[in-house]
Parts: sequence; structure tokens; C-alpha cells
Amino acid sequence: MGQYVVRRLLQMVPVFIGATLLIFLMVNVMGDPVAGLCGDRQCDPATAARLRKEFGLDQPVWQQYLTYMGNVFTGDFGTAFNGQEVTELMSTAFPVTIRLTIVAIVFEILIGITLGVLTGLRRGRPVDTGVLLTTLVVISVPTFVTGLLLQLLLGVEWGWIRPSVSPAAPFGELIVPGLVLASVSLAYVTRLTRTSIAENRRSDYVRTAIAKGLPRRRVITRHLLRNSLIPVVTFIGADIGFLMGGAIVTERIFNIHGVGFQLYQGILRQNTQTVVGFVTVLVLVFLLCNLVVDLLYAVLDPRIRYA
Amino acid sequence: MRGATHVRWAACAMAVALAATACGGGGDGAGAGGAVLSASWTDPQNPLEPANTNEVQGGKVLNMIFRGLKQYDPKTGEAEDVLAEKIETTDSQNYTVTVKDGWTFSNGEKVTAKSFVDAWNYGASLKNNQKNAYFFGYIDGYDQVHPAKGEQRAETMSGLKVTGERTFTVRLSQKFSSFPDTLGYNAFVPLPRAFFDDHAAWLAKPVGNGPYTVQSYTKGSEMRLARWDAYPGEDAARNDGVTLKVYTDNNTAYTDLMAGNLDLVDDVPAQQLKNVRADLGDRYLNTPAGIIQTLAFPFYDKKWNRPGSDKVRKGLSRAIDREQITETIFQKTRTPATDWTSPVLGAEGGYREGLCGQWCDYDPAAARKLIEEGGGLPGGQVKITYNADTGSHKLWVDAVCNSINNALDNDRACVGNPIGTFADFRSKSTTQKLSGPFRAGWQMDYPLPQNFLQPLYYTNASSNDGKWSNEEFDRLVDQANAETDVAKAVETFQEAEKVVRDHMAAIPLWYQNGSAGWSERLSNVALNPFSVPVYEQIKVG
Repeated sequence: MGQYVVRRLLQMVPVFIGATLLIFLMVNVMGDPVAGLCGDRQCDPATAARLRKEFGLDQPVWQQYLTYMGNVFTGDFGTAFNGQEVTELMSTAFPVTIRLTIVAIVFEILIGITLGVLTGLRRGRPVDTGVLLTTLVVISVPTFVTGLLLQLLLGVEWGWIRPSVSPAAPFGELIVPGLVLASVSLAYVTRLTRTSIAENRRSDYVRTAIAKGLPRRRVITRHLLRNSLIPVVTFIGADIGFLMGGAIVTERIFNIHGVGFQLYQGILRQNTQTVVGFVTVLVLVFLLCNLVVDLLYAVLDPRIRYA
Repeated sequence: MRGATHVRWAACAMAVALAATACGGGGDGAGAGGAVLSASWTDPQNPLEPANTNEVQGGKVLNMIFRGLKQYDPKTGEAEDVLAEKIETTDSQNYTVTVKDGWTFSNGEKVTAKSFVDAWNYGASLKNNQKNAYFFGYIDGYDQVHPAKGEQRAETMSGLKVTGERTFTVRLSQKFSSFPDTLGYNAFVPLPRAFFDDHAAWLAKPVGNGPYTVQSYTKGSEMRLARWDAYPGEDAARNDGVTLKVYTDNNTAYTDLMAGNLDLVDDVPAQQLKNVRADLGDRYLNTPAGIIQTLAFPFYDKKWNRPGSDKVRKGLSRAIDREQITETIFQKTRTPATDWTSPVLGAEGGYREGLCGQWCDYDPAAARKLIEEGGGLPGGQVKITYNADTGSHKLWVDAVCNSINNALDNDRACVGNPIGTFADFRSKSTTQKLSGPFRAGWQMDYPLPQNFLQPLYYTNASSNDGKWSNEEFDRLVDQANAETDVAKAVETFQEAEKVVRDHMAAIPLWYQNGSAGWSERLSNVALNPFSVPVYEQIKVG
């Protein structure tokens, strides 16, 4: 196992370098960020030249990339155009998004798996059909519609929640945004669990377990669910990365100053340092999540062994 | 073990849910702290320094925490003395400024002539990378501290001299009679020693001399401003303070206003314009601001700069149904333009309604005829370039193209040409890489006709992206700047504007309005000519 972890960690290095290089090239292709810094008036050439030099934009891209990567390894992610350190931006944005992601994942696990088990065990019954229909609706309605609708109903019409999240973004205020963010994934988790459970229900080991006279609860949680969770865990693991980077719609609607919003701002203002910095961290998150998922397989199903 | 974990999760979720209901529902967030109002805000794009702030959001704050020699009247836009006791000149080139007595910064330091001279020298200096440095361009010696190329040759501008504790002289490199009127701009405010001594600390918590002081500033989320009780000016704040909250989206700010969590929104989102009257009634304001939108042309491109092409431009102008577009797309939050300045200047200040004349009237038949006489559209088609990321430009560009296509009875006469980001759009338009008309907008720096004409149409001026050049126009502008009589100067600027019209250097589209919506707690809300709320006059409760 240890060897496997080391190998996986080593594999992360080229992925990491490749991904950051790609992002770096893409942001640079977008053109000269200094041109947008002065608003509708042209920056005077002398100041523009100085700014370009200060941000290292006057060097060839490969050199910019090398300097950047060199700095990253010393924990220096550069400075955004508004004079803030990118690490400072990260230290405010990531905790918020992590909290939001936790809320979303908890919803996915709690509601998604519960519904999945329920419907998987009662295939074809009204509960199953009902949940299937609901998940279909949730999947087909875009997140921003769900978000705006909930915000309007719960926040403005009924006054149950505050429509916008305060800068501190405590867990309490993130419930509804988290639910909105989780909604689509939640529907997939439900369907995935349902199928998996329904399939495994007929398998030999479940029959054996029942024949052994094990209590139903134990059969379901220990034998059926444990084996059915493998595809679900894969999905949720990959989803963590998606939720963190892709929360942009939810974050805008609910005024959450998280990673998605910072990335959006960075792209709008063509702020290379912010975009590359945040993406670098997100790439790491993705890679780590994948690693954890792979390790979890072995826990869930001891038959899966890695050399 | 597994079961226990589940129980814990459930408990957590319950607790969280309870907390959620506990903090929701009240809608009392805005009310906290007595007569403090909360207002929507967007994080400034640049570090918050007077000479480095070139957009509205940062300018808002500077307006609250600083007072300069002059201030523009929120209603008339006229430049009125604030810290200036007098600004004297005999030749429109050498000015003697006397600063009023009794003014201090909120940290107790006296505002002296040196506070101004140091601040201006800092702003102009190339090594400080200030994006508004060009504001000091008229002052003698600017080319030494801010050369167009190479290293800076002097630390301070030779045109600025402190002559006493409260007096200093300004020598300009050319005659500029409206110079005192430009001094209301944020770049010209005085700076305390603290700014120079501990720059980082100042940026984290700016110190100024205005009606408000910065209480706390959390970058990216909010700034709390409190009334400065010892403020010596006449326009002391009528409320206890303002909390500027950063919003990710102005729609969310509007929703928060509806839910009672926010007091003031100064940019009502376009999507809400239909409902705003029903939602807010008379707690909604929609007044012209010093912003004009135009279509500029690439005069560096031969196709647009040949004999007769002015007829094509005039034809295009006549093919645009401004009335209909401002009504249907902008819900009357923009006013069809009939000149190249803005109504906020007022008739005396240089705005001339209808100066554009027939060239801005919608007339499809005349448009077709003009374009035909001018040799037809270059390449048979115009592409209007705009940036698609902000400002919902796509909406109106498509509408303008529709209008042109209908007028010319040709589905392919005009198409929009979106560019992904503002930065990319700017870099293409400033490096002369566009081949057709492109969106141009101008938000005034100070309410003077000079500001609407010179930067945009003077040969090689800073925002003359289309590189239009006309000797007569340049001559008239120079003449107007040198004119000591204000009325005469305004008249000469209008002569220059007629040259712009006769060549249709840019097609004026519409004047933009500023908008604001507020909660029932507030009264006396107004927008200044820059479409920024006059915070210090707002009453709470």
C-alpha cells in the first residue's frame, strides 16, 4: 500500500506541471492584461511598461512560467493587480469554499445515499418512481434557476434565510447555497446508489447473508451498502474538486466570496497570478481527492489490492 | 462505529439547520449600529490611492474620505471651493493657490500647501505606477518626472512650489483656463504624511480629511466608514456611517435590498428595471450621469478614412433608432444622445442639446442614400466590436445592428463582433487592431466640455483610440483652453464639437443614467453627476 501511495504521489508531478502550464498558456493567449487596467482610457505607455515589468509580463511566456513555478515552491503565488497577495486571497476564499463544499458533500451523502438505498430496495414502487421523477427534474433544471428560486422564496418572500451570505460565511448561512450546489450531484448520487443497490441485491453474498439469518439492517449496511458504495465513492470523490472549482454560479447568486468567484474575477480582470494560483491549488485538490478515492476502494472492498 | 458516525453527521446537520433559521428571518442586518447605512459595493480594481483609482468603486470611497481644493456640486456639477480659499491667475498659466485654514486630516495632522504638493508629485512620479498620473500632465515639469520613455529625470515637478504654509504656486506648461475646475477630481486631493511614511499601513486603512473615516477595511468583503465628528467642512455627514458591502453580483444586492438586508443599491441591474417601480415606488432614482456611449471608428484603416467616408458614418448614425433602443432595451435608463458631451454639464457648462441635428435623427431613407453616396459600407458589411464580459453590451450592439439592417434592408449589413474580455478588447482597440466600428464609452473625470472632447478627439490624445485627427479641431481646442473667459471657452469648445459632428468622428448613441434604489429607512438620497450616491447627505431613520 505504501509503495502504491508513493507511486501515485509521483504520478501527480507531471499532471501538476502539465495542468499549470496549460492554464498559464491559456491565460496568456487572452492578451495583454495591462490594457484593461486603465479602464476606457489608454494607460500611458510609460506606466504600462512599468506595470508590465512589475508583473513580469515583459518576459517570454516560458520564462514567466519558470519564474512562477520557482516562486510557487517557496509559497509565493504572486500579487494580484489590486495589490493583494494571491496567498491572502486564497486564505480568505478557500475556507469559505471548503465549508460550502462540506455542506454540499454532507447533503450528497446523507440525502443522496439514503434516497438511493430506499429506492434501490423498493424498485418499481411509488417511492421509487417518485424519487426518480424528482431527481430527473433536479438534473434537468439549471442550478441558477434553483438557486434564484430558493433565494427569492426563502429569502425574500418568506424571510426564512438571508438571501446573501455574509463575508464570514458561517456554516449556518451556507445550508441553502450548499443544497443548491449539491442538488445536481445529489440526484446523480441517488440514482447511482439506487442502481448499484438494486443490482447487488440479487448477488450471492446478499443471499448468503440473508440465509445465514442476519438481521435485515446488518445485511443492508454491512453487506449490500458497503459493496454498492464503490461507484458512489468514486463519484463523490471526483465531485469534491468539481464543487470547489465549479461553485461559481452558486457563489455569485448567494454572494459567497469563495474560490469560484475569485476565479471568475481573475478571468474577467485577466489577472494571471490569481487564475493560475487558484487553479494550481485546485489541481492539487483534484489529485488528492482521486488518491483518497483509490485508497478508499481497498477499505470498502478488501478484494481490491494494489501492488 | 459506522452507525455512530452517521448519528454524528445527522446531529451536525440538525445544529446547522437550527443555526440557519436562527440567523435568518430577522432581516435586521442593515439596522445594526444606529444610523449606519449599508450600501452595495464592488472591490476596487486597483490599490486604493487617489492618483491610482480610475474606476467608480474606488472613487466612491475617496469621495467619502477625502476633500480636495474643489468639489463638484451634486446637483449642478459646478466646481465649488472646499479647501481652496482662492485660486488666482492673471494669464491662465500661472496659478497661486491658497489653502483654507483650520483643516486637518482625521489623524490630527494639519492640511497644508505641502500636503497638496507632495501628493501631486507622488501621483505624477513614474516610479509610483499611478494610473491617473496623466492628470498632472499640464503641470510644468511633468515630462521630467513622467517621461514617455526612459528613466525619470526629476523627483518633483518644477511647476509646483510651496510658497508658504498655506500657499503654493502652479505653473502649467500651456494655457489652461479651466484648470481650477479640474481640481475637484480625486487625483488632486491632499495626502497626509502617514501615506508616505508607512505606505502599506495607509493602504490597509486609508486616512483622509473627508466627512468619513475608515473604521475597518476587509479587502474583498466590506469597508466600514464612520462619521468623522471633528470634520471641519460644511458637508458633514448626516448619518453615523456607511458600511460598503462587496457583492458578487448586483442582482444579489438588489435581492438583499428587497429582503431588507441592505439599505442602498447604486446600480439597479438591467434585469430588474421592469419591476423596480413596482418594487420600490419612489425609492428609486434614475438621473443622467456624465457618461456617453458612442461608436468609434478606426481612422487608421484606409477604408474608414477616405473621401466620402464621413457620409457612410453619418448614414450609419441615421440608421440607428436611438429612441426605440433606449426604450425597449434600457427601459429609459439611457437618453438618446444629441451631442458629444452630457446633459450633466448644463446649458451654461457646454451641453448643447440637438447639436448633432439631423445626423442623429432616425431616417432609413436618408441613411440608405447617404451610405450609397459615400461609396457603400466598406467591405459591404460593418462589424461592431465590443467586449462580451461586462456591461451587457451584446444587447444593445445587436439592437443597433438590427436597426441598421432594417434601415438598409440588408440582413448582412451589420453584425456584432464580440471579444471575450475587457482587457482583450482594450488591448485590441488601443493597438489599432480593429477593422470596423467599436464601442466606446466615456465617463467624465470632471464636468467640463474639455473632458468630453480633448481626450477623445484631439490628435494622439490618450483615449483617441480610433486615431481621428483634424487640424481645425485641435486648433479650436487649444484656443478654448487658452481662453480666460469661461463663457467664451465653452463657446469655442462647441465650435470644436461642430467639427466632430461635421466629420462624424464618432456616432453618439446615448447618455447613460445613474440609478439607485433604497430601503424605507433612508431619505434624501441623491446621485452626483458621476452617478455616485451623495452618501454624506443621506438621512437614516
